[in-house]
Amino acid sequence: MNEGDQIPELKVTPDKYLPHRYAGASGDFNPIHIDPEFAKQVGLPQNILHGLYSMALVARANVAAAGGDPRSLRRLSVQFRGMGVPEQEITVSGTVKQAGEGRVVVDTVAEQGGKKIIKNAEAELRLQ
Amino acid sequence: MPADASAQGKSFPAFEYEVGKEKIGEFARAIGVDNQVFFDREHARAAGFRDVAAPPMFAVVYCAGAMAPAIFDDEVGIDFAALVHGGQEFVWGEPVCAGDVISTVARVESIDERGGMGFYVFASESTNQDGAEVVRGTWTNIVRGA
Repeated sequence: MNEGDQIPELKVTPDKYLPHRYAGASGDFNPIHIDPEFAKQVGLPQNILHGLYSMALVARANVAAAGGDPRSLRRLSVQFRGMGVPEQEITVSGTVKQAGEGRVVVDTVAEQGGKKIIKNAEAELRLQ
Repeated sequence: MPADASAQGKSFPAFEYEVGKEKIGEFARAIGVDNQVFFDREHARAAGFRDVAAPPMFAVVYCAGAMAPAIFDDEVGIDFAALVHGGQEFVWGEPVCAGDVISTVARVESIDERGGMGFYVFASESTNQDGAEVVRGTWTNIVRGA
């Protein structure tokens, strides 16, 4: 991977019940993620995805770009913006901003419906 | 209500988490990763892991028990109705595998106020049963209208 290269895009459409499965897997049962009625009561359009789930998609796209070994992901820093929702496609894309000595830094973004849900994500990858 | 920075520097007791193979599988399925090193012991060992490997973001699972008391601490005083997760960083060390016992300590790194919002930054450090660092986390929580 060289400076300026794009990493392969990852496209994922979380299904209606994904937030429930992620809640169980992660232990985060905040009702804004799993209860549409509760979410509406607190002013959200519907139940929203866990930010850390979206971060996991960013991690997944970067590990895939590095060849699939989970040990290649050394660091990941993200800012959560807006909110992700189930049943709508998420696209994770990235550009190599530094490369050298078996190590690259990838600027990554996750978008849904034309809006960024994760921005300024920076992944540091160790390449074999 | 201005953000009260008096809890800055406060640290919390270590939380121990024993990593189970099936919990790793459940988490890996939820985030949609299918590498067999997350599910199958033989695949994991052939790839050089001690046992079934945890995906990097499994850090949220073993850190949760250390972070919750910090974020819910009365002295820290976060208003939950106005809380949003603003940012997250993980720096990974040794891989985490099934059978590991991970100990995580959390502390309040900084509390400050900018543009009418409270920024509560927590730091976590997780080590395995051999004392090797497995992850360092920086958890940024934003409280609107602080």
